[in-house]
Amino acid sequence: MNTQLRQFYKKTMLKILKYSFYDLMRSRWSYVYFLFYLLLGVILLFLNNDLSKAIITLMNIIIILVPLIGTIFGVMYYYNSKEFTELLLAQPLKRSSIFLGQYFGVALSLSMSLVLGLGIPFIFYGLFKSAVIWDFSLLLINGSLLTFIFTALAFNIALSNENRIKGFGFAILLWLALAIIYDGFFLMSLIIFEDYPLDQLSIAGTMLNPIDLSRTLILLKLDISALLGYTGAVFKKFFGTNLGLIVSFVMLFMWVILPILRIVNKSKKKDF
Amino acid sequence: MAKSFLFLLVMTMTCFSYAQKINVCETCPISSIKKAISEANNSDTIIIKKGTYKEHNILIDKPLTLIGENYPTIDGEMKGEVLTIVADHVTVDGLFIKNVGTSYTEDYAAIRVKRSNNFLIQNLVLEKLFFGIYLEKANNGRVFHNKIIGNAEEEYNSGNGIQLWYSNYIEIEHNYIEQVRDGIYLEFANNCTIKNNISAKNLRYGLHFMFSNNDTYQNNTFEDNGAGVAVMFSKNIKMLDNVFQKNWGTASYGLLLKEINDAEITRNTFSKNTIAINIEGSNRINYTNNNFKNNGWAIKVRGACYNNYFTKNNFLYNSFDISYNSKVNDNKFDKNYWSNYTGYDLNKDGIGDVPYRPIKLFSYIVNKTPETIILLRSLFIDIIDFSEKVSPIFTPDNLLDNNPYVKQIEW
Amino acid sequence: MVTIKNLYKSFGKNDVLKGLDLEINNAGIFAILGPNGSGKTTLIKSILGMVIPNKGTINVQNENIKNNSNYRHKIDYLPQIANFPSNLKVKELIRMIKDLRGKSTLDTSLITTFQLEPFLNKKLGNLSGGTKQKVNIVLTFMFNSPIIILDEPTTGLDPISLIRLKALIQTEKEKGKTIIITSHIMSFVEEVADEIVFLLEGQIYFKGSISKLKSQTKQPDFEHAIASILQENHA
Repeated sequence: MNTQLRQFYKKTMLKILKYSFYDLMRSRWSYVYFLFYLLLGVILLFLNNDLSKAIITLMNIIIILVPLIGTIFGVMYYYNSKEFTELLLAQPLKRSSIFLGQYFGVALSLSMSLVLGLGIPFIFYGLFKSAVIWDFSLLLINGSLLTFIFTALAFNIALSNENRIKGFGFAILLWLALAIIYDGFFLMSLIIFEDYPLDQLSIAGTMLNPIDLSRTLILLKLDISALLGYTGAVFKKFFGTNLGLIVSFVMLFMWVILPILRIVNKSKKKDF
Repeated sequence: MAKSFLFLLVMTMTCFSYAQKINVCETCPISSIKKAISEANNSDTIIIKKGTYKEHNILIDKPLTLIGENYPTIDGEMKGEVLTIVADHVTVDGLFIKNVGTSYTEDYAAIRVKRSNNFLIQNLVLEKLFFGIYLEKANNGRVFHNKIIGNAEEEYNSGNGIQLWYSNYIEIEHNYIEQVRDGIYLEFANNCTIKNNISAKNLRYGLHFMFSNNDTYQNNTFEDNGAGVAVMFSKNIKMLDNVFQKNWGTASYGLLLKEINDAEITRNTFSKNTIAINIEGSNRINYTNNNFKNNGWAIKVRGACYNNYFTKNNFLYNSFDISYNSKVNDNKFDKNYWSNYTGYDLNKDGIGDVPYRPIKLFSYIVNKTPETIILLRSLFIDIIDFSEKVSPIFTPDNLLDNNPYVKQIEW
Repeated sequence: MVTIKNLYKSFGKNDVLKGLDLEINNAGIFAILGPNGSGKTTLIKSILGMVIPNKGTINVQNENIKNNSNYRHKIDYLPQIANFPSNLKVKELIRMIKDLRGKSTLDTSLITTFQLEPFLNKKLGNLSGGTKQKVNIVLTFMFNSPIIILDEPTTGLDPISLIRLKALIQTEKEKGKTIIITSHIMSFVEEVADEIVFLLEGQIYFKGSISKLKSQTKQPDFEHAIASILQENHA
């Protein structure tokens, strides 16, 4: 492919991203989602008055709700814009630019709702003067990464399922699996193998689930650091260091990149 | 009768009038402390002027007062013990003692009081030491306003800041101790008072009781130690108004109670400790008006503990409030404030209408398999905690606070 | 212009195209006809690259379309059901398609032709089916490409718009373009088509002019000719 053409595709992807983004930004759901976070931030800050406590509560909400909204919204957007996608497909546009454009449009608008919705009340509260600004930024970065991960997974599900009901079913199932069921099995295996060194297992188990990984990353900055000392030294060493932080973020990015690659791949082979 | 009284009075006065001052300085006729002591009479005062005195094994064998002017330095040159007191009524004041010898066979101290009574040790600064102030079978003394700065790195070759061994009725106040093995260590020391001290960054414990009874410690701060305070095999200890904080790490705690009976733990603050209080085999202890804030565990109960009573404490944002390793509970929790309480107070009497169950299934699981801590605050864990709350299977079902406060308690 | 060789496509166990060969080399209007499920839409979508064939090659203007999207610059496509993002205004949609595909100066005259001016600032979600179809037509004819594919272009159009559409198709044909149409309205096909491509069971059953079809089936009119093919094959 010559560079001129590549340039053209890149541009078209950005254009589609832009249109999907504006389309969503004007939709009711984005407002609802944005207002929800705004309200949540205001309530937590001005009724609770304890910033670190507010961040823990936010974390609990973010690691559960962001993946759920990401999957549902991603699937919904895909199915709702199906005919429009077909219109685009007949244009001289590369398939990957169409789907990646739409994907980034959705993921960005969801992340925007999250970051602005929570960010605004925190700024008014005086976040910049507070010591928790790093914890809070980490929370937002993690929330955005989870949005990107779960929207990508949702697009994968939708691309593989023509049937909407089935697609929604799988989306909910995926969320249940990663948010709840996975931890059940994780806990079971930790208990079953308790006679063996568990450091490696628990690190691996955490790394393989983006929700667990985000939770651990945030908790490391919050209360778990007091507790981690209680467990094996390997574990603390791993998550407590910069290396651990870098590896964790690399893993989260892998969780974004791999589903995106599958979107590209799947969209190339799909019939519309 | 009156005559003999007058005689006694005169005798006493003459005695005191004989008490002399002896000056020691580098250029004085008496330029060493040892020489000053040997030339001094009972009850004399030795004034040590500013300067450096390279002396060790200084023996104070008569009732004397040693006063340093502008902190003269006594350099032990790592050769052994520096000051040893073997007489009653000795006062040591205002010295800077450094370079105490280290030995694996003898516990060299910067200053040792041996089988003596009524001593006063104050305003000392001790650095580069093995043991700091060592009271051996010494009673009725006072250790006041000293600063002990160690450089201990390993437990096996380091000593304690202030050590009491078979010593009773000692007052330890306003001392600052850091980076030794145990900040203050009491073994067979009864009826002692420990007040207003700061003990920080010590390798093992900030304060350590062994086989010591009827002691009180109050208004002390224990920070960033291997563990804050350990109270073991002792009775009737009063622990009041202390601060235990930042004792983080593997098996680290703010306060360790082991085989303790009949103690009072009141108005203390525990914050940011891995375990705030670790209790083993301790009975009849009253916990009142303590603040537990941001700890990993507020209270961890191991082994048999009976008849302990927790009331009017604040449990604030701890990852776990209470942890038990058995299903049996014989302790009472009543009228505490729990920040994790989610009940309601319809009749507005300040007490929640539903009991609070401070123990979570997850804390039981973490006890058994510590690595599961990685699942803290996972939704799955919240779900199983909730089901355990509804119908307890693994945790003591009678462990309830029936009258949880809905607002933080103030005193 | 469009050359299709040995084209196979199946969806699961359902074989839709079974070795289809088709060559359209000249300008004119080609109507692709056939019963339901004969593979008309699959064929069109294959040409557009929306359906990926199992086997066979498709060349559009001597360019193999496999893993290619650039050739679509030469095709204008009118999809069957036009469903646009409902939050967009008509104006914005037109601007967006222009932005994605390239400049066009034809849009204003097309908008006038189909009397869409009053709707330009309305959101697409609020438009009637017929108006949407007009927007669809404007979007299709905006770019002046050498090949035009129209899938059921008459759906929902009022008589005036239909007349204007027919005129538009004629104008385009006179420019020397290749126009491929599918439609269920036989009168419309008869009126505009130069050649018929009749699909049956995934292959080309007939290709030729309407008069040739009539003589081959020995039927007096077009509709009966088509019907007779269907009857023959169902018997």
